[in-house]
Amino acid sequence: MTLPRLLDSYESKSIDDAIIMCRDLVEDVDYPTVKKWRDNGGKVVGHFQVYFPEEIVHAAGLLPFKVRGSNIEARQGESHFGSYLCSILKTSLEIALGGQVTLDMFVSHPICDSARNLAAVFGRNFDYPCEILYLPQNPNSKFAADYLRGEYARLAREVEKIAGREITTEQLNNSIEVFNKNRALMRELYAIKRDTPWLLAVDEAYVLVAVGGMIPREEHNALLEWAIPKIRKRDIAPQDRMRLVFSGGFCEQPPLDLLHVIAQFSYVVDDDLLVGLRYIVDDIVAGDDPFAALAEAYINKSSYSPVQHDLDKPKEHMLLKQIKAANAGAAIISAAKMCEPGLDEQVAYTKALDDEGIRYFVTEFEERMSNFDSLEIQLETFIENLLFA
Amino acid sequence: MSTTTSNLSQGAAATKDKSSIIGRGNKEGNQLFRDWYQELTTAPQRGEHSAYVFVMGSMAEVLQSFGIHTIFPEVNGLQTAVRHVADDYIAQGEDYGFSTDVCGYVKADVGLQLRGGDHPMGKIPKPSLAVYTNACNTYVKWAEIWERMYNMPSVTIDVPGSRAAGRHTWSGHVDFENDLKYVRGQINELITVCEQVTGKKFDIDRLRETMHYSNVMLERYERLLELNKAIPAPYNAVTDGTVYLGVANGFRGRAEGAQYFTDLVEEMEYKVANKIGTTFEEKYRLVFVGVPCYPIFRRFNEMFTEWGGAFVGSSYMWFASGGANTGFQYDLDNPMDSLAEGLLVTTRDAMDTMFFSNRQIVDNIEPYKIDGVVYHPIKSCRTVSTGLADNRRAVIDESGAATLFIESDHMDKRVVSEAQMKNRIDAFFEGLATRKVRESR
Repeated sequence: MTLPRLLDSYESKSIDDAIIMCRDLVEDVDYPTVKKWRDNGGKVVGHFQVYFPEEIVHAAGLLPFKVRGSNIEARQGESHFGSYLCSILKTSLEIALGGQVTLDMFVSHPICDSARNLAAVFGRNFDYPCEILYLPQNPNSKFAADYLRGEYARLAREVEKIAGREITTEQLNNSIEVFNKNRALMRELYAIKRDTPWLLAVDEAYVLVAVGGMIPREEHNALLEWAIPKIRKRDIAPQDRMRLVFSGGFCEQPPLDLLHVIAQFSYVVDDDLLVGLRYIVDDIVAGDDPFAALAEAYINKSSYSPVQHDLDKPKEHMLLKQIKAANAGAAIISAAKMCEPGLDEQVAYTKALDDEGIRYFVTEFEERMSNFDSLEIQLETFIENLLFA
Repeated sequence: MSTTTSNLSQGAAATKDKSSIIGRGNKEGNQLFRDWYQELTTAPQRGEHSAYVFVMGSMAEVLQSFGIHTIFPEVNGLQTAVRHVADDYIAQGEDYGFSTDVCGYVKADVGLQLRGGDHPMGKIPKPSLAVYTNACNTYVKWAEIWERMYNMPSVTIDVPGSRAAGRHTWSGHVDFENDLKYVRGQINELITVCEQVTGKKFDIDRLRETMHYSNVMLERYERLLELNKAIPAPYNAVTDGTVYLGVANGFRGRAEGAQYFTDLVEEMEYKVANKIGTTFEEKYRLVFVGVPCYPIFRRFNEMFTEWGGAFVGSSYMWFASGGANTGFQYDLDNPMDSLAEGLLVTTRDAMDTMFFSNRQIVDNIEPYKIDGVVYHPIKSCRTVSTGLADNRRAVIDESGAATLFIESDHMDKRVVSEAQMKNRIDAFFEGLATRKVRESR
């Protein structure tokens, strides 16, 4: 099957201009790539943060679209929710109610109390299937992987109804290979950020990753394969900046301008921004039972986030490991406003960092915040303290 | 089901003296609670183990079969709120580092743990283990706090819920069997942990006994909810209902719990037979959706009863009973499979009544003769509250019911504005009065 090309031509652009093109796409609240896909007769499955087995949707010939909120005023969405809730819920509903994106199916996950409710809210407002994918919250059970295999098979049956055709083992294995390649490329991108952070700022890496959630992965792979060598050849001199790990971007996304502010003062050498797209940390071995392979990878080859409980991966230990692996000297411990899992984790993270003597900066953000003056001053002071204390 | 006397207590109600029956449920419920806290306070002295558990999927039957006490941090939390000391506990949790936007129950519990378990009702023992489902995601985050505080086993029982509104599968369906196998496996893993913690061998006959007591309780609990279809309603589903819920959770799997609900049904059947309502003249029949406002519990209720508003139903009595409202009956001939099925079906129902309850609310309007639906989302609990504004829109669209939407909190009085609340409630009743007049023409 020939996939329609959704990105404008970037091959003749400079890497800086290509990144600007990605930034424009990521910030475009009308999601032109999704529209273009639909205009070509394609169907779209929207999946809410954090992790989703996109391979299953891809194998059915549908576009998996990462629903990650939007920098849009939730004019309609606001009236469907109460006061004390995170912004991403409202703007994710807004883009659907407002027609910025049209979906054929919506899937949410029990990552938090609000996200699970979101499937019910969508279900009351749209005729297309809206459901919860019950990713296991007890990966330590020896029964979890087998359960998840069955849950993925159930999801596949629902997806097949949308696609109007069956998903074959061969197609799913092919999709796994496409996504293996995609994740490997993103790991390469993150390696550049970790090893030579002056070549790739956090906001630049972010848009290059984020665009993957709104185009077919084959096209994302082509973009990254084109971009990575060009990033490596950038003529940017390293500076004496603090190396930081940014934590708190696993679900609601900080505004790009916030990331840009951080990038002005520091090198963000690792982060959890859009970690769901990078959640599987190693290649999945395709084979006779691709559902089992996907399930096994979720349990045993995965990263961490505040919304997955795993006794083998205490989150504060994982953060310390991440900081050490990235050779970072400090951390930004952020959370989206009203994000209970993120706010809970801030306590564990900061206590662990205190114990290890690692300096940190605690902050909250909202996807639609627009004034960064105060944050800029605080961050600058924090970093000066680190550099000159 | 009609509101006639059940077989369980048929005849008994007719012979009882009115003075010995009416009010017995609240009186005995409160006494049971005091005794329960005393039992917990002295448990460590007797070398007995305690488990921290939650109301949705407490695994009481298994834990009771090992003689492990169940401690409900949610109940501990609400007790601090109704006794007007929650602020101190919450402040301690916030001083520890938790944000003002984190669940008040969690912060009050952190305060409680930091105080070594000192609680207005007694002394809460440290846990020998923690057991929690995913019915509320905050359960999981909460348990992670204990994992960091105490070196004890922490057992998740992951119970998949309904994937979409009304989409239920049952025994024999491939998806149900997949969920069931997972739940059953996790129960076995819990049993292994209980054996390690207590040094006792699992006794399936003791499990059968606890399941039998739960069967009695769940059957009576379902009946209790049915009885409030009567006019006037024999109990207040918010205030009295909270007492009943406390016993339903604290004494699940125990003889005292089974007896309590048997007596309670007898009391309510007597009241129904004699057309005895609560303490005021019932003018408007209301269903409550959300979590009660514990910081001003009595006053909150008064703001409704002053207008003759009676809470005849409450979604809280559905989900906070862990699905006891389903009346699920365990098959004692096949206890392990049945326990897993019961946990799956009842916890799923509890989740449904939080995420997908609009259909259930609409379906209850006619049989319970509901005049209005009162939504009370709270800042602390996103599980219950996130979908309520949208739920309300759906209920209005489907039924045209009069609704009230007031936000506050179940723990944190900084979020409770009594004056604003009263204005909204008064306006709601004025609207209801106008409706009644219009409908009577």
